[in-house]
Formats: sequence, structure tokens, C-alpha cells
Amino acid sequence: MDRPNPLFRNLSSKLASAPMVLIVLCVFVGGTLWTILFSFTNIKILPIFTPSEWVNGFVGFANYERLFNTDRWMNCPAITKIGTEAWKFKCAGAMPNMVTFALLAITISMTLGFLLAVMMDQKIRLEGVFRTIYLYPFALSFIVTGHVWAWIMSPEYGLQAAVRKLGWESFSFGWIADRDMVMYAIVIAGIWQGTGFVMALMLAGLRGIDEDIWKAARVDGIPAWRTYLQIVLPMMKPVLVTTFVIVASGAVRVYDLVVAMTDGGPGIASDVPTRYVYTNFSANLGQSLSASTVMLVTMAFILIPWIRLEFGKKEQGH
Amino acid sequence: MKNWKLAAALLATVALPSLASATDLEVTHWWTSGGEAAAVAEFAKAFDATGNKWVDGAIAGSGDTARPIIISRILGGNPMGATQLNPGKDADELIAAGLMQDLTELASKEEWAKILRPASQLESCTVDGKVYCVPVNLHSAQWMWTNRKVFTDLGMEPPKDINELIALAPKLQEAGIQPLSMAQGWPVGLMVNDVLVAQAGVDNFVKVYKDRDLSIAGGAEFTKIFETLANIRQYTPADKMVPQWNEAVGLVIEGKAAANIMGDWAGGEFAVANMVAGKDYDCLPGLGVTPVLNTGGDVFYFPKSADPAVTEAQMVMASTLVTKEVQVAFNLKKGSLPMRADVDLAAANDCMKKGLEILDGSTAVFPNDVQMIDRDSINQINDLFTEFMANPDVTAADAQAKFVAIIEAAPK
Repeated sequence: MDRPNPLFRNLSSKLASAPMVLIVLCVFVGGTLWTILFSFTNIKILPIFTPSEWVNGFVGFANYERLFNTDRWMNCPAITKIGTEAWKFKCAGAMPNMVTFALLAITISMTLGFLLAVMMDQKIRLEGVFRTIYLYPFALSFIVTGHVWAWIMSPEYGLQAAVRKLGWESFSFGWIADRDMVMYAIVIAGIWQGTGFVMALMLAGLRGIDEDIWKAARVDGIPAWRTYLQIVLPMMKPVLVTTFVIVASGAVRVYDLVVAMTDGGPGIASDVPTRYVYTNFSANLGQSLSASTVMLVTMAFILIPWIRLEFGKKEQGH
Repeated sequence: MKNWKLAAALLATVALPSLASATDLEVTHWWTSGGEAAAVAEFAKAFDATGNKWVDGAIAGSGDTARPIIISRILGGNPMGATQLNPGKDADELIAAGLMQDLTELASKEEWAKILRPASQLESCTVDGKVYCVPVNLHSAQWMWTNRKVFTDLGMEPPKDINELIALAPKLQEAGIQPLSMAQGWPVGLMVNDVLVAQAGVDNFVKVYKDRDLSIAGGAEFTKIFETLANIRQYTPADKMVPQWNEAVGLVIEGKAAANIMGDWAGGEFAVANMVAGKDYDCLPGLGVTPVLNTGGDVFYFPKSADPAVTEAQMVMASTLVTKEVQVAFNLKKGSLPMRADVDLAAANDCMKKGLEILDGSTAVFPNDVQMIDRDSINQINDLFTEFMANPDVTAADAQAKFVAIIEAAPK
């Protein structure tokens, strides 16, 4: 007998996943391609659809040129005169802000999250209560987190005003209105929100470690901290990478937190790429799309190593 | 008997609306402050009186928040019955795509061209000879508001223009009063534009924005403006800024700040606080320097609908918005100027009279920036000034150079 057509193997599961595949192709892949294609045109507010209009509106890399010449997107004056002024090197603008936010939020929330998970792992009493407490911020929306931290760090209403009323007149914590500190204010809020979630993921990873490994380490007389650092941590690599991807992609697309906390202020000191994309959306779509494409490329830098790690290995194994 | 009554009542609920051909129209707008909400309620009242129903779709925040939502709803095939939108290039693309209801028939029947003034306002609603929106009021952004009591309490004469205020600023600050209150976001751009117009004069302003005259934009007059702005900047640091324009006006009303620069809609807030123009507070058109007013205003567009009942109700609403009674009731609450010259202004306050005097008497009325330059460039100019007013490291010369570059790059 002939082998059944491979196209009809597992027909029911293929049928069931067809809508999802279709959505992925049309919405995600299609939308992404559309974004990239039309970032090379001069469309303003109405999208164009026909190829001839695409050709007529084609402007090459003009949108990207303008993007990287816009102070609001990226303003790195020291890049050209590095050397004598290397120590004054300071980038401003949405893109550097996002990098600052991503680097700090990822490192701090992952370190803190892991440490918290290790502490949880010590078979402490009331673990459920602590886990709930640490996970609670994650249940709030970024808008709520943003507004609360904006009040805490506002010079007029927040902690600064409260401490000054108690008598410490020189106390200063009005980071929301401080151009140099405002990004760190947003990082604090982001970490407060995200660390509990990282902890939950890490704890799941820790619980997945075989009890026998611990017994073996104890028999060999290895101290607990070394077991964590040199045996358990390498074994948790899949969890670590997944956590990293989730936290990093969250950092790249941070929007609501910034809008709720500062709305990009003071001035444009805490602007982020997503905000730039949004404010240009109804005035200059081409500019908006080129900014999205740059974000997409940034995202790809983060995601591709993960994809290779997750899926590449299996192919090698077979 | 009882059943009869019940049946009759039920029948009435079904029959009556159809008799009056009542239609629900969702109206989106961004009028949410105290004075604005009171004004828009006048529209709703008048429209409900025609037997239809005004379904309020207020979008909290400013036009910058609401505009993308409104545009994306129309583009996305989920249009509202009517919507506020600024006249100018914003809506032109929507009209070009055939998404907006044509009001030409109604406009010619009611002779809008004769009763509504200034002509420029209806012109901006007109594309290729067809009318697409209803102007409902005239807004002017060039006003400085001062609380008289703050100055008289300190033994000072209330200032008559922005320069006098800057001169008094150090003394006010010593007394613990903020010389100028400021809100984050677009109010900064508005203040900057006001200073531009007041100091440069209407001619130079139009030459730069409309004719793109780079020699004036980069010239000595504009240098002086940027220096004045840098001067204002030191009195409005980021930690003194409030989130919303009405809070900034509120600071003046409470006497915590001496002055605020804001459009005439601030007058609505003073009215809600029961303050009297010319006695408790002063309103200085053109910041007191040059008595100028722009002719920007609010207009209502009616996105096209497939349902004829909706279209009919849209026409009723368009007609209602420009009737004499509605114009007076609305504009008194809003603080803006009525579109019709023939309305009864016995109840008008000092500020409205000052505004009408400029509007009727002089030539110092000039077009709004959205009527002269595209939204994209306006966004860039706003970004520039937002940063300039917040960052003391940006020098006046730097900012001016960037300003010239934006004007140069703007599409004609």
C-alpha cells in the first residue's frame, strides 16, 4: 500500500492550528513586512496600498536619516569628539534611554529575582505568603505602578515633601522632575514591578533541580553558595534564557510605564522609542514606521540568540 | 384598566421615538475640564431638544491624546456620529479618502458664508468648494492671565504685559509666589508660540510659518525671542510644572502663581471660580504686547455613515450648533468667541468684549499654525521647544538653529 500523503497526516491537528497559522502569517509576518516596506516611503497619515503608490512614495533611507538626526530619538554629541571629552560622554534621547532602562532593569531584576528565589528555596515558613507579596506588584498594570511611583518621587507631593516636613530640609528625592535622574526613577518602578515575576520563574527553575544533586553536593562537602553558583545556575540555563527574553522584550517595548510616570518629561528627558512611534503615528507614518523597524531590529538582536539556543540544539541532536 | 395603561405606555415607548425619528449620535471631543464640560453640556441640551440623543464620547486628556484615537476610529471603519477636530491639514487626508460627510447643501441653505465670520474659518472647512465641517467657536491662544490680588497684596501695580511681568518676577519669587505657572506638554508650545507672535508681530510670524522665510526665522528679531524664552525658562523649572493646563490656571486662581499664559478657554475656569474679569483677574490678549488673536477654533466633522437616519441626525446637529441661542450659551461657558456677529452679547464678560474688539476692529487676526504648516513639522517644533524650555543646557542660539532647520525642511 502507498504511504499516506504527508499533507493529510494528523489532519485534525493541522486543521485546528490552521487559524492560528493564518493569523501569524497575516498579522505578524504580514504586518512586519508592511511596516518595513513602508518605512521607506513618505506616507503621512493615510497608508497607501498599491505597489505604484509605494514606488511613487519611495524615499529610500530618508526616514532613517531624519530619525537618527532627531535629538528626540538619539542625541550623542560626544560620539564625534570622543577622546578629550570621553569622560563627558553622555547620550540623550529615546534610544539611549531605552538602552539605559533595558540594561539596568534586566541586570537588577534578574539578580534580585534570583536572590529572592534562592531565599524562598530555603524551605522557609510562610513561603506562600512571601511569594504572594513579592508577586503582587506584577498583578498591577504599569499605569498604576507608574502613577504611584510618580507620586512617590514627585517633588511636590511625594517622599521628598514628606521628609522635608519632618524636618530634614535638604532631603531631595524629586527624581521625576530631575532630568538626570528621571530614567533611574523609571528603572526603579520597572524593577519593583518585574522582580517578583522573575523570582517566580527562577523559583520554578530551582524546584526543577533534582534533590539528588543537592545530596551529592552535600556529601562532597561543597558549601551551599557554591552549589548554587556553579552547579544549579548552569543547570537552570533554559529558565535563565527564557526569563531574559521576557524581561528584555518587556524593556524594549516599555511604554505605558513611561507615559503614566513622566509622559517623556521633563522636556523629553525620559522619552522612549515606543512613545516616539506613537506620537509620530498620526502625523508622519513613514517616520513612525522607520522607528518601529529600528525597534524590531533591536528586538531581533535579543531574540535570535534565544531562538538558536532553543531550537538549534535539537536539530544538532538528531 | 391597569393593563391598558401599561400597554399604552409600552406602545408609547416604542412609537414615540420613531415618530420623532430619534437617533443616537455618539460625539467624540476632548472637552473635559470644568469649564469645557459645562460648555459642551449646552450643545448636548440643544441637540436633545430636537428629539435626538447626544451620546457623549469625551476623551480625557488633550487633543494630542484624542486626535489619534479619533482618526484611527474613522480609518478603522468604526466612525462616530460627529467629532471635534481642529480645522486645517489634519482632516484633509480623511476628506480626500471620502470618509467625511459633505455638508455643502445645508451650508448653502442656511447661508453659513453670510452668518459665520471670519471667512477664514469656514474656508478651512471647505475643500474643493465643498463644506465638510461646522465651526462652532473662535479660539485665541494669545492670552496672559493675571491674578490682580497677588500684585496688589505686594504693593505692586498688576503688569500690563509679559515684559512687565518678567521685570516683577524676582520680587514675586522672593515673596514665595511663582511668577508664571506652567503645565507640561502642549501648554509649553502654546506659550512659546504666544511669545513668538507677541514679540515678533503677526507679519514676521506668518512670514516664517507660511512663507518659510528663513532670513527672518534666523534673524535678530527671532534671536531676541529665544533669549526672552530662556529668561522665562528660569522661572518655570521642571519641578514647578503641573501636569494639566487647568491646574496651572488653578494656581493663578488660588493666588499661588501670579500669571499664566493660556488660550481663552482658561476664562471658563475663572468663570467656574466665580471671579470677575477686570476686577479679580486680568486677561491680556497678545500677552499685552501686541493685541493679536489667531483665528483657530473648534469645528465638528461628521464622518460618513451608511445609515440614512444617522446622516439625517447629523444634519440636524450641524444646524443646531450654529443657531444664535446655542452659540451664546456655549461660548459664554467655554470662554471662546461666538462664530456669529449677530448674537446678543449683553451677558458677555470683559475678556470676550476685548476679544471681539480685536476680531471686529483690527487686521491683527492671523491664521493658526495648523493652517500654515503640516502637523509633522508642528510636532517637531513642539518637541524642540519642550526640550528648550526644560533643558538649561540648550542655548538660545542652538535652539534657533534647529528651529530654522525644521522650517526649512517643512513640505510646502
